[in-house]
Amino acid sequence: MSATLRHAGWVMRGNPVTALAIAGVALLVLVAILAPWITPYDPIASSVAEALRPPSAAHLFGTDQLGRDILSRLIMATRLDLMIAASAVILSFAAGAVIGAFCGYRGGTLDRVVGRVVDVLMAFPLFVLAMAMVAALGNRVENIVIATAIINLPFYIRFARAEVNIRRDAGWVEAARAGGEGHLAIVLRFLLPNVLPAMAVQISLNLGWAILNAAGLSFIGLGVTAPTPEWGIMVAEGARFITAGQWWLVAFPGLALMLTVLCFNLMGDGLRDILDPRMRT
Amino acid sequence: MTELLRIEDLRVAFSTRAGTVDALHGVSLSLEKGQTLGLVGESGSGKSVTAYAITRLLDRAGKITGGRILFRGTDVTRVPERDLRALRGAAMSMIFQNPRAALNPIRSVGDQIADAIRAHRDLSKKEARAQALDLLKAVLIRDPETRLDAYPHELSGGMCQRIMIAMAIACEPDLLIADEPTTGLDVTTQKTVMDLLARITADRGMAMVLITHDLGLAAQYCRDIVVMERGRIVESGETRALFSDPQHPYTRRLIAASPTPRSTVEDLARAAQEAGEVLPPIAATPRPAPEPGTPPLLEVRNLIKDYGAPTRAVDDVSFSIPRGGSLGLVGESGSGKSTLSRLICRLIDKTDGDVIFDGEAIGGIPARDFHRAPQRRDIQIVFQDPNDSLNPRFSAFDSIAHPLRTLEGLRDGATLKARVEEAAQRSGLPPELLTRFPHQLSGGQKARVGIARAIALRPRLLVLDEPTAALDVSVQAIILNLLDRLRREDGMAFLFVSHDLNVVRMMCERVVVLRLGKVVEEGSGHSLFANPQSAYTRELLAAIPHFDPAPVPVQA
Amino acid sequence: MTTLGAISRRILRRLVSSLPAILGVVVLTFLLMRVLPGDPAVFFASGPSAGQQEIEDLRRSMGLDKPIPVQLALYLRDVATGNLGKSMTTGQPVVTDMARRLPASLELTFTALFIALLVALPLGIVAALRPGSLVDHAVRFICTLGVCMPTFVSGLLLIYVFYYLLGWAPDPTGRIDIFSASPPDITGFLLVDFAITGDLQGWWAAFTQIILPACTMALFVLAPLARMTRASMLSVLGSDFIRTARSVGLPGSRVTVTYALRNALLPVLTIAGIVFSTMLGANVLVEKVFSWPGVASYTLDALVASDYAPVQGFVLLMAGIFVLVNLIVDILYGIADPRVSIE
Repeated sequence: MSATLRHAGWVMRGNPVTALAIAGVALLVLVAILAPWITPYDPIASSVAEALRPPSAAHLFGTDQLGRDILSRLIMATRLDLMIAASAVILSFAAGAVIGAFCGYRGGTLDRVVGRVVDVLMAFPLFVLAMAMVAALGNRVENIVIATAIINLPFYIRFARAEVNIRRDAGWVEAARAGGEGHLAIVLRFLLPNVLPAMAVQISLNLGWAILNAAGLSFIGLGVTAPTPEWGIMVAEGARFITAGQWWLVAFPGLALMLTVLCFNLMGDGLRDILDPRMRT
Repeated sequence: MTELLRIEDLRVAFSTRAGTVDALHGVSLSLEKGQTLGLVGESGSGKSVTAYAITRLLDRAGKITGGRILFRGTDVTRVPERDLRALRGAAMSMIFQNPRAALNPIRSVGDQIADAIRAHRDLSKKEARAQALDLLKAVLIRDPETRLDAYPHELSGGMCQRIMIAMAIACEPDLLIADEPTTGLDVTTQKTVMDLLARITADRGMAMVLITHDLGLAAQYCRDIVVMERGRIVESGETRALFSDPQHPYTRRLIAASPTPRSTVEDLARAAQEAGEVLPPIAATPRPAPEPGTPPLLEVRNLIKDYGAPTRAVDDVSFSIPRGGSLGLVGESGSGKSTLSRLICRLIDKTDGDVIFDGEAIGGIPARDFHRAPQRRDIQIVFQDPNDSLNPRFSAFDSIAHPLRTLEGLRDGATLKARVEEAAQRSGLPPELLTRFPHQLSGGQKARVGIARAIALRPRLLVLDEPTAALDVSVQAIILNLLDRLRREDGMAFLFVSHDLNVVRMMCERVVVLRLGKVVEEGSGHSLFANPQSAYTRELLAAIPHFDPAPVPVQA
Repeated sequence: MTTLGAISRRILRRLVSSLPAILGVVVLTFLLMRVLPGDPAVFFASGPSAGQQEIEDLRRSMGLDKPIPVQLALYLRDVATGNLGKSMTTGQPVVTDMARRLPASLELTFTALFIALLVALPLGIVAALRPGSLVDHAVRFICTLGVCMPTFVSGLLLIYVFYYLLGWAPDPTGRIDIFSASPPDITGFLLVDFAITGDLQGWWAAFTQIILPACTMALFVLAPLARMTRASMLSVLGSDFIRTARSVGLPGSRVTVTYALRNALLPVLTIAGIVFSTMLGANVLVEKVFSWPGVASYTLDALVASDYAPVQGFVLLMAGIFVLVNLIVDILYGIADPRVSIE
């Protein structure tokens, strides 16, 4: 364990971008946890007199059309957006890793069918699928989570399947069988642990994608309803003011989205380097 | 004789994450027109690097840091990149390992040969195609007209290598460099490819540098030999003289370690000893010899494995191994030897027939339940590629301890520790390496972990699936010696699977020759070699590169 | 001749093998319809005052009283005959509405894909030819940023810069500003139609309208395309057969283009298919931002109004386009890679 930490430290020294990204993610999580206590204003309280103020000392990021403080709303939104993305990714990861690992290990017809279905699904316009699902299941936040989880599922199944597949016939897997291990134990105790590091990278990259998807859904008016602060809906509300030059309504939530996704993506790339044992010396 | 190539004090370095690493420390050699030279060495010796430096095909990380390469009087190291093109293919060309990957997968082989011709000669497409056809005939490809339009994936490995040869000789270069041209090919294919290469270079007066790890191959096809070790030339000379009277200790060790038709396990022991291998005294008393009349330990009866392909992977195979006996399973790729070893280990299910172990039929137990069968601990296996046979997340200790934990129910504690350490010690693995993970171990050390894991349970039958195929020859000698010792110590029976006839003959009392899933011939190791009955066995034996280190009078 | 035969056989086989995918989507949309909140009969009834009797009659006439499998069969028949139901918002059959709006969406998507490929391929290739160079780092930076930017934000920011600040772009609503005359409806693609009729002014007007939304979408898919081009070019350049090509002295350009690029484009082709279908999804967002009169914004309006027939039709349409695109990618792949046809 300490060797891993030491290695992580070594990688990070040589790669400050990853360190920065991990710090960024940590900061985001912290903001999400502390959100209710660190907002300068009530994120929902409107005040018509203060409407559409550009960024100033009083309102660092300006105010929106109802006079709500954009910074406060951004902070509160961090919580919701991270929650949606994290729960969606955890759901699809848990289901996808297990399904994919068993299919990849077992092979045969079932595996081919699953593989084919996953390939088809992956190439399908997934955002449209998510849209239809939220429309069908009902316009609620939970359903955004479910829809995002489902459209993420094919990636995990495919990934786990491919990773297990290349290891399935490895000598050490056969050796474990010769050493008295059954199939179930091999998948759970031998293959999955070996696949997990690679999947951690995938999770990090997918978190960013899930956030974009959830924000996109709420941008078109699905899932999150009006007064709730959420990045996508904030952009949607600010959209009609952009042609009047009131850029801060869109730019700040947009920037928040972008930086969050950027942090997750960079962290994913960095994790790849850290977790790859071949690069350890 | 005129000098074609002269290398003076060549130095090459690679820049890696860990800094610059020197790959060649001052290599000097020379080559005359039409001469054949074998560049021999184990992995990391720098033999390939030398070749790539000559053609300036080193990858980005590699740099020539010193010395000269004079080719027909010009220093290749100083030729600007854009002028190299005129040299490559026209003056010197190369043949690579893994021929199928060396050809463009989405271009027909005829076009690729024509490309090579048109790179140096101003010919129309039609003329180039006609020449390509002639070249295909020259490399003895059957039905050359249709093969012109074939893609690499439609051809066998041996055929791809012949296409590669056709490309290399297309513009009649003076020098042909063959980098492990037959590694990965079957021994009979190796012979046809090498014979062709030798004939073509001789006919056209080309010089050839053959880079190989196989002493026999170099001995058979080269007039002179250069032996390399860790980026240095340790010895060079005329082939027969060098082999009959090697001067450098490394050359001597290499020769001793290379299996020949006459070498014995005792030779290996000597080679191992010279390499500094110290094994503990015999640790266990051998099992008492079986009383006469006891059934064989393993009996395979009419075993069949059908994957649904046109030919069966294993087709009606029968043989038996007595207690403490050893049987070699020999065959080329596709012979079904690996499938057979997995059937016997009960890792996969048979289609028909039976496997009888110690009088009990175990072929009927489904492979997925066999881990609960009492015979599981009696049949263990050592796998081919040591790099791939250890769980990357297990330390050496955990790898060896795993079967003890699952099959003997040992919990962490003094007993387990003692058993693991004993197995490691018997396999010649120093105890301080037990905490290491696979990526921190060398190939030979990983092989020892794999062996220790298999013998930890003291199985009665050990299946060895090409246990040394991925190892350098000097390490192979040590491991083979170790295995032979372990067998005698424990009275284990061996099923030794290999493509290398010399190795099998050394290690096994009886040998079964397989071809396309069927038994071609069975006999005692000695008689099978001295007096092969089937045409196929004779062909196999003839294809092994001759290499005889016995002292011969040096020719003047 | 035999190649042509092989290709047509291949097309046929792919069409047949994509039937299950289409059927799956049809059944899925049907099931989605059934779990949708609300009773369709209530929607179609004359009004909130409709009596229980009227609703029951409607249920019968719509087949809603029959068991689900029968309903599914009826639905399949409807889909097969091109009957996707009526939109409540427009009062038109969904098929008619879709057909009128599809060219707008396709024109936008194709333009965006064209722009993206035009930029991404050279960037990826240059980056791969000079790994570690300034260009390479720049490309990687752009790619990293590109995947992080939500389309709806980048679209709005482009509007802010080019419409509000610089005044270069026209009012970001619709395909053509209200004062210009629409061209005769030939292909439905304004850029093509204006070009055919030789109306340069009209063409320019349409072009300035499409360029911002197209760039928005292109930005979104630039990253995966460039990244894939770079990665596959790099791996091909490091492969054995490139070394072979160099070892026989082929000219550098021939090595790069005929040997490396052609092989490197194979995975890019696959990605381009996936990218196209991502763009179909992203259409929803971009069309909303730019009030683009395409199928996606139509669907979105219907979705907000709880009008589900268009949503269902949209998903089916997407599935159809998706199958078509995959088929085309597959055929192109089969032509480009001789190894595929054997399997």
